[in-house]
Amino acid sequence: MGLEEAAPSGFLLTTVEDVAGYLRKASLWPVTFGLACCAIEMMAAGASRFDLSRFGMEVFRASPRQADLMIVAGRVSQKMAPVVRQVYDQMSEPKWVLSMGVCASSGGMFNNYAIVQGVDHIVPVDIYLPGCPPRPEMLINAILALHQQIQDAPLGVNRREAAAAAEAAALEATPTVEMKGLLR
Amino acid sequence: MSDYQPLRPRKGPIGRALAPVAGFGVTLGSMFRPTVTEQYPFEKVPPKPRYHGRHQLNRYADGLEKCIGCELCAWACPADAIYVEGADNADLAATDGAGAHRSPGERYGRVYQINYLRCIFCGLCIEACPTRALTMTNDYELAGPTRAGMIYEKQDLLAPLAEGMLAAPHPMVEGTTDTEYYRGEVTGPTAEQVAWVREHRPDDPTVEAAARVVEGEAPPPRPTRHRLRGSATKSAAARAAGTAAAGAQREPEPGTDAPTAEDAVRPKGVHA
Repeated sequence: MGLEEAAPSGFLLTTVEDVAGYLRKASLWPVTFGLACCAIEMMAAGASRFDLSRFGMEVFRASPRQADLMIVAGRVSQKMAPVVRQVYDQMSEPKWVLSMGVCASSGGMFNNYAIVQGVDHIVPVDIYLPGCPPRPEMLINAILALHQQIQDAPLGVNRREAAAAAEAAALEATPTVEMKGLLR
Repeated sequence: MSDYQPLRPRKGPIGRALAPVAGFGVTLGSMFRPTVTEQYPFEKVPPKPRYHGRHQLNRYADGLEKCIGCELCAWACPADAIYVEGADNADLAATDGAGAHRSPGERYGRVYQINYLRCIFCGLCIEACPTRALTMTNDYELAGPTRAGMIYEKQDLLAPLAEGMLAAPHPMVEGTTDTEYYRGEVTGPTAEQVAWVREHRPDDPTVEAAARVVEGEAPPPRPTRHRLRGSATKSAAARAAGTAAAGAQREPEPGTDAPTAEDAVRPKGVHA
């Protein structure tokens, strides 16, 4: 993309990472995208009592092309799933997804054929937030956790190494179907 | 529509001249009103005492768990978020020593999982619990990067051992049944329990404090509960959020606590 691709792994790259992470996390613009009741709490988080603008993200962009955070606020029906995916695809890189509320995260109490059982079936999710709906403080807490992820994100060579390590770990890991949990 | 009569009288010439900037009066006036913004991660406003936050599995005063593994919470759950598997206390004798108990009575909850990505915090599990083992706390700071990490296991949900409580498993207070426990007649560990733990787990870290309670040098233990993490400075808040993202922020805050909601609310139909 830019400087970070050319920089060798070392103090120069880590400095670029720190600066880029700081700038990215301090100007995270969410896309205006509410699906259900969680959107009410998301709006409350943006309003004056909780005031997301304290973290540089009060501008909920109506166009996904100007946004870099998608807060999936509400249950995603099967019919809505292609729309969610299209909004995600229209956002420009780098982009992050916050799955707000139990319905978006796992289907929640709507364990039926109409609801996508977790928005991670259609888009990659960076952070999950439980609650039905989560209060605005919980949303801010999740956003701050996401800020920390963004701050720590590797770039350039380090990013490729991290991706390779993650892939190797995923290949080594026990497949979900073989996980028996605590069952005897 | 030329005969339209406005309900409000027309403004005079001065009012009409100032009309384009009259809206700024609201802006100007609000400058002199107090700020409504809550500085959330830096100054946390505690939720109401009966707020439905994350769950907690409580303990009796001698450290035994209240959960008896009856699965009523799992049956009550409308979102199927709870998974419980009970086991016999008698089976503990093989591994932990004869007479060991995790909970008073016959059964204990061997597996206890709450999937916080299904839980809707409705509190029906709390209403269903017959021993008041499961209650809700005021902690709402739950967020994590993985779905698997949001399934809280029993060790994440159990109430922290208060100072003076004896870690389970150990025998029940001699001469009691689960009924005495349920009535609140057990107020702390006894000498026999401490001796049992000394014999079977000599390096247990809770023995010394429990022994002080037995000898009367320390007050009987008070139940503790998971609490919302305290207000933080900017950097500390970021660090706490970072560890929460790593899925590690589950340690309850130990320490002394005001009387809990659990103290205030007796089990239904029991008057000790």
